[in-house]
Amino acid sequence: MTEQFADLQARFYLNFIAEDRWRFIVNGLGVTLRVTFFALIMGLFLGFLVAIIRSTHDKTGKLKFFNVLCNVYLTVIRGTPVVVQLLILFFVVFPGGTSQILVAIVAFGINSGAYQAEIFRSGIMAVDNGQFEAGRSLGFNYLKTMFYIVLPQAVKNILPALGNEFIVLMKETSISGFIALQDLTRAGDIIRSRTFDAFMPLLAVALIYLVLVVILSSLIKLLERRLRSSDH
Amino acid sequence: MKKKIACILVAIMALASLVACGGSASGETLVMATSADFPPFQYYEGDQIVGLDVDIAKAIVDKLGMELEIEDMSFDAIIPAIQAGRADFAMAAMTVTEERMTQVDFSVSYYTGRQVVIVSEDNSDINTPDDLEGMSIGVQIGTTGDILSSWEFGDENIQRFTRGMEAVQALAQGSVDAVIIDDYPAHEFVNAVSGLRILPAEWLEEDYAIAFPQGSELVDKFNAAIEELKANGTFQEIVDRHIGTGTD
Repeated sequence: MTEQFADLQARFYLNFIAEDRWRFIVNGLGVTLRVTFFALIMGLFLGFLVAIIRSTHDKTGKLKFFNVLCNVYLTVIRGTPVVVQLLILFFVVFPGGTSQILVAIVAFGINSGAYQAEIFRSGIMAVDNGQFEAGRSLGFNYLKTMFYIVLPQAVKNILPALGNEFIVLMKETSISGFIALQDLTRAGDIIRSRTFDAFMPLLAVALIYLVLVVILSSLIKLLERRLRSSDH
Repeated sequence: MKKKIACILVAIMALASLVACGGSASGETLVMATSADFPPFQYYEGDQIVGLDVDIAKAIVDKLGMELEIEDMSFDAIIPAIQAGRADFAMAAMTVTEERMTQVDFSVSYYTGRQVVIVSEDNSDINTPDDLEGMSIGVQIGTTGDILSSWEFGDENIQRFTRGMEAVQALAQGSVDAVIIDDYPAHEFVNAVSGLRILPAEWLEEDYAIAFPQGSELVDKFNAAIEELKANGTFQEIVDRHIGTGTD
């Protein structure tokens, strides 16, 4: 019993303390957080834009050209694996010398945007058409109706789905190692390739992701509760 | 409370080691772990893994009167795999290092490899390995090129790719300034990708050997077989077939 505990201690030392290997984890965590944060912002922006165009087309029949463009974007991005998109961006699209972190942010941003677009659109389309008509009959134009009446209701309804997408996005960044970006997962890989121990690095990495996701989902829950206070 | 956590941890570990031992690979068939992305030592030809290491492994296993089964995995997974008993031995142009010797047993060395530096043809700043100081260097994760250059040139300058080929692609496309890799794969890569050259001076020399789980009975048998193959010329014949008689 104590022997096994001493063994665990020795392995902990080898994997994290020796040669300052914990630095890989800390730096990797920083990279994962940065990529997730900026990709999330970019995805929100893209998703929002695409959803507005698509639902405007659905409701009014306008913006035909942009609607086709958005459809192509959704089809291509949702139809190919994100790891392939990441590799294409790094090895084909971006010129040499572009920082890998930028490539990763753009890749995950574009990818997440496609999924967020459909979430936003489902929220907009779920708001009763009567709300729209009410807005218009009060003298609001289309955009004003959208921003002041429809979107606030839509956002509240899609928060759980959006939160889900944020969680998926954060975990998906774990493939950044494919373009030699040292994110949290790759940090574990590097330690593993030095110490030949799979147990400690992988468990540590898993634990950190778990904590991140728990924090993220509690933030989303907090936001949901805030928004719901207007229901009464 | 602490005791409880320790208990749970130990239970998980015990379970993990049970699972690991469950799939023992010994018997009439020997399982060889390799990373088939390293021509001419091991690589895919169609759906078959071929190469110098594979032919040597076949010759040795034939001598022992057993069958050979090859399992392909990423290079950094090989040592954990043989430790977990998922393979009986590993042949992957693996260099003997002190760190690896604490984890696995090695056979006698069957080949001396060299670590060389690949740069772009129009790069006139890097002419000897000493010029790599402060440059961004592409390597394959877990290889000796990765570990030794991380010490020599600093972690922040090393870009670790999953496959050697990807490091070379990143070099061709300008994301890294140089790639450090074993010399023979380097030649294959430079022949396949235009605009690259290998520095005339090698970075360092190293011995390739076969890795076994610690305490494996196979080590002595393999060593005897290697000596025999070297003595009757089979060994040289395999090396010549894959690499040619010239050293370059």
